[in-house]
Amino acid sequence: MGYDDEPSGSIGAWRGMIPFFRPFKALLLGISAMMIVCSLVDALVPIYQKYIIDSFIVPGRADGLRTAAVCGVIMISVRMIGTMFFTRLAIKVEMGFSRDLKRACFSRLQTLSLSYYNTTSVGYIISRVMSDTDKIGLMLAWGLVDILWGVSGVIFSVAAMLLLDASLGMWLVATVIPMAFVTGWFQSRILRHNRAARQLNSQITGAFNEGILGARTSKTLVIEDVNISEFSSLTGGMYKESVRAASLSAAYSPIMMMFGSLAVAMIIVRGGAEVMGRAMEIGVLSALVSYSINIFEPIQHLAAIFSEITATQANIERVTALLGERPEITDSPEITAKYGDTFNPKREGWEPIKGNIAFDDVTFKYPDGTEYVLEHFNLTIPAGSCVAIVGETGAGKSTLVNLACRFYEPTSGRILIDGRDIRERSQLWLRSNIGYMLQSPHLFSGSIRDNISYGKLGASDDEIMAAARLVSADEVIEKLPGGLASEVGEGGDKLSTGEKQLICFARAVISDPRIFILDEATSSIDTEAELAIQRAISKSLEGRTSFLIAHRLSTVKKADLILAVRDGKIIERGTHAELIKQKGYYAKLYHTQFEDGEKV
Amino acid sequence: MQKSPFVLILSFSVGSRRFYAAAFVFMLLSVYLGFLLPQAVGFAVDSVIGGRAPESSFMPAIIKFMPSVGEGDIRVLSRAGIFTVLMAALGGVCSFLWHRSVAVGSEKMVKSLRDALYSHIQYLPYEWHSGVQTGDIIQRCTSDVSIVSLFVATQITEIVRSVALVVFAYAMLLPLNAPMTAISFAFLPVILFYSLIFLRKASERFLAADEAEGKLLSIAQENFTGVRVVRAFGRERFELDKFSAQNSYFADLWMRLGELLSTYWGFGDLLVGLQTVTLCVAGAWQASLGEMTVGEFMIFLSYNGMIIWPIRGLGRVLSDASKAGVSLKRLREILDAPLETDIYIDNDNDNSGAKDAAAPLRGDIVFDHVSFAYEDTPVLKDISFTVKEGTTVGILGHAGSGKSTIAQLICRLYDLEEGCGVINVGGADIRNLSRSRLRRNIGIVMQEPFLYSRTIRENISSLREAPLERIKEAASLAKADEAIESFAEGYETVVGERGVTLSGGQKQRVAIARAVLNRPPIMIFDDSLSAVDSETDARIREGIAALMGSSTIIIIAHRITSVSRADYIIVMEQGRIAEAGSVRELLERGGIYKRIYDLQGSDEDEEVSGNGI
Repeated sequence: MGYDDEPSGSIGAWRGMIPFFRPFKALLLGISAMMIVCSLVDALVPIYQKYIIDSFIVPGRADGLRTAAVCGVIMISVRMIGTMFFTRLAIKVEMGFSRDLKRACFSRLQTLSLSYYNTTSVGYIISRVMSDTDKIGLMLAWGLVDILWGVSGVIFSVAAMLLLDASLGMWLVATVIPMAFVTGWFQSRILRHNRAARQLNSQITGAFNEGILGARTSKTLVIEDVNISEFSSLTGGMYKESVRAASLSAAYSPIMMMFGSLAVAMIIVRGGAEVMGRAMEIGVLSALVSYSINIFEPIQHLAAIFSEITATQANIERVTALLGERPEITDSPEITAKYGDTFNPKREGWEPIKGNIAFDDVTFKYPDGTEYVLEHFNLTIPAGSCVAIVGETGAGKSTLVNLACRFYEPTSGRILIDGRDIRERSQLWLRSNIGYMLQSPHLFSGSIRDNISYGKLGASDDEIMAAARLVSADEVIEKLPGGLASEVGEGGDKLSTGEKQLICFARAVISDPRIFILDEATSSIDTEAELAIQRAISKSLEGRTSFLIAHRLSTVKKADLILAVRDGKIIERGTHAELIKQKGYYAKLYHTQFEDGEKV
Repeated sequence: MQKSPFVLILSFSVGSRRFYAAAFVFMLLSVYLGFLLPQAVGFAVDSVIGGRAPESSFMPAIIKFMPSVGEGDIRVLSRAGIFTVLMAALGGVCSFLWHRSVAVGSEKMVKSLRDALYSHIQYLPYEWHSGVQTGDIIQRCTSDVSIVSLFVATQITEIVRSVALVVFAYAMLLPLNAPMTAISFAFLPVILFYSLIFLRKASERFLAADEAEGKLLSIAQENFTGVRVVRAFGRERFELDKFSAQNSYFADLWMRLGELLSTYWGFGDLLVGLQTVTLCVAGAWQASLGEMTVGEFMIFLSYNGMIIWPIRGLGRVLSDASKAGVSLKRLREILDAPLETDIYIDNDNDNSGAKDAAAPLRGDIVFDHVSFAYEDTPVLKDISFTVKEGTTVGILGHAGSGKSTIAQLICRLYDLEEGCGVINVGGADIRNLSRSRLRRNIGIVMQEPFLYSRTIRENISSLREAPLERIKEAASLAKADEAIESFAEGYETVVGERGVTLSGGQKQRVAIARAVLNRPPIMIFDDSLSAVDSETDARIREGIAALMGSSTIIIIAHRITSVSRADYIIVMEQGRIAEAGSVRELLERGGIYKRIYDLQGSDEDEEVSGNGI
């Protein structure tokens, strides 16, 4: 919805497409040659009919017909071969070009920083990668076909008319000029109404979407009638625009045909007189009639294709903009040389990690934020210790983790891992050593095996089951009829949230990271399942540096260090006992929600 | 009952029929007039130039009435010329009226189809909505409707036009020259069946290509939604390879399909070309026998050109039209689903004592031996309890214990079967209250609240008019005000698909504001606080506490603190009431409540005394 903004009108965007053209140069040349051949054959058909009329029909002769038939068959065979080749080549170019564009977009998106994803909706990105690229490919291949066929069709017809009868031909060619004007007038208006109708159509889709997803809520609010009357006004607008566009099209064709019939009348009167005066053969008259009626088609094609080119401008601009995006966080060339880049890591040069983390005088504010959330922040986390971060939802508990994973970079100061600035190693090195379990569990469609081994590509089933056992996910797997091979569905929707969480947990554990991050990982599980996970967590965290982000505090108590966050800032730090003694924010949080059963 | 799916179209065509009737009349006229143009050329050629009139009986007669200029032969030629232009003008007007009538008729039909679908869906029972795949229904309402709309807008008329073209053309050609007519006609079934058979064969491969594209789309989508996972595991390379493989596979499928298509198009061109060449040769042969004039030959060539392209396209049209049958069937499945009953009108057959439909209901609720089953799974078993007006009741229980069903039954989102007990609200059996009246008296916040893709203000006011003051008041009661005011556009901020994405907790708070806006006599919070952290939870409960006493409140929860202030607590287990009573009674009893209490940990006593309840 609303993704189809108008083109800005600059043709600079087209330049971004040039590198993608190169592999298709030969194919494009082939298409051009084929199109010219095809339209030449099309232009020869009336000439062929003239030849039949003048050589056979008028004299009433049948000898020599064999030659005529052979000529005809040769002509149509050439046309057939031409059609077969240009369609084949055009589909190759269309699909190949959009394939390359898709890959380039996807590849670019893998390197962009998370801040890009935070500010851009997935729907928007999808429509860039999937539909804009399709439209560009389509336009490139078939636009070329239509332009060449149209232009050469007009040229050949005009040339033939002039050659057949120069003076009458001049008059006939003159009708092309008003045809072009009428076409321009109509096509621009038809385009406008069609665009409006398309926009309404996407609004109607949106309304259906909401009307269906929200139907149950609408019932409880008793607003069915409001929804229905709003929907009806949308479809009413759609009706108006569609009828307008259709009426314009309905008027356009007859007007064009009028020009054709004027030309035919002219041929009948003037050409007829010439034929009677033996100045013209009947066949010529017949050919002229064909040309003046048929010329309307290439003109219409050309008009349609030019309005499409203007429309594709917007697609090209959006794709070029996406390809022009640069990641905010990059590895320097020296680091890439040593550690490899996102797609080609040089793992042999990677140092092992111990897991000491230090924030050294870090000041930070989010790119879209106005306030500093960290100012001259210092914190040293020795390898193997557990840091818990607690606070309200939306208080900014994830900030430290975002920095440690280098999803964002500090405004000033340094973050050190094992004593070295994280910028001295590649992002991939860093993240390969961090296991991250997110608040909302995200699985990929595929089997359970695919999903767990995402944490360690090529892991054996034994390894996978060992990881699953560690986090008590083995029960989930054994319960499924297909075991490890069971499909999880799109986004894992065949599993419950709790089950998804366990699978995600196994996926994080199997990668055997030195640093482990659990981001509110147990928030959507009920109390009893949570106890099981908590046991799994404490087992799997042994020996690793870990961050625990939570708004329920049960696991937090055992952490080596607790940071309490409020309004984006760290306001308290210490162990559970220390913070309770302080009777500050943490103590209050702890008391409002929680006290241990055994204490009662 | 095996009705044709196309019957559905008839029921939506009521307002469109006269437009279609007009369209068909104008279409026939326009087709007929279109055929006169080549006749004029043929007439001119034969009567003047060739010195012989074509054997068409009506042509010269009409032409005699044409105005003319010049002398002698020029006079005849000018008549033919003027005839051509006049017929084209008349034909053009008919063609315009035909296409416009079709547009009006078909768009009217599509509008009523869309409106009917939408309003039917709005009034389908809750049960239907819970059971369907929303994606599938949305797909039907959009893609299937557009397939049907293409069918009624172009395919119907295209099929009729093709038939008319063939009938008119051959009716006019046959008297001119029978062998030539036969030759031209012989090609039509070949061309038509060639494309029908091909398209049937190719349909599987089109389907395979669509599937491959769907898979590519889902790989991309999962990558973008799961970008944090991809990055956290450093799997960019893996993802790129996965995407590229599917991307190339999809492109290859299409390129191979392209080879097939190009063969199809090429041979189609060959067939059409062969027909023209055969006609030319046959024409020469007939002329040599003295059976055909130049003018007639030209008429044959033109008519042939006029029908051959529509016939060539007809295969495609017919195969698309068969898709419309499938789409209509899918739409009928929605439209045939039975609607909710008693939406607006009370069943006034009892002494409910609340005859005035506009007056608010009293807030007392009675469950009297209520049992309920979804399909065949029993959910509630013989439940009885009474909620006095103005009290607060907490319902606790595990997922699947039946606690949400109680809320849905009170709102008549599901109906009790005969003999499965009675639910009374405000003293009346709810089956005798219209659903709209009952629901207007209940504010319910669902487990996963749905917000409309509108402004926050419109969401809180449920798309109806309400003074901003009251909206703000409701927002502050629900503790949603701070978050709302932090947005640049405040209450005018658009949320959802086209606007800001709210967190789960924020959504829930806006939904609570919406439910409390009108201070309905009954309010139900169905696990509404699970997505907020405990501090916010506590603050919202304070807000709700302000409503206690004036409204009846039902709080459904699995967290024990959420119901700590209730006057009465019902603990559900496997569809039965396991225990019920005040907090103190339940703690003393040492049953399930006490066990959950110990497990979740709660300083209930402190809180209760602290708030003076």
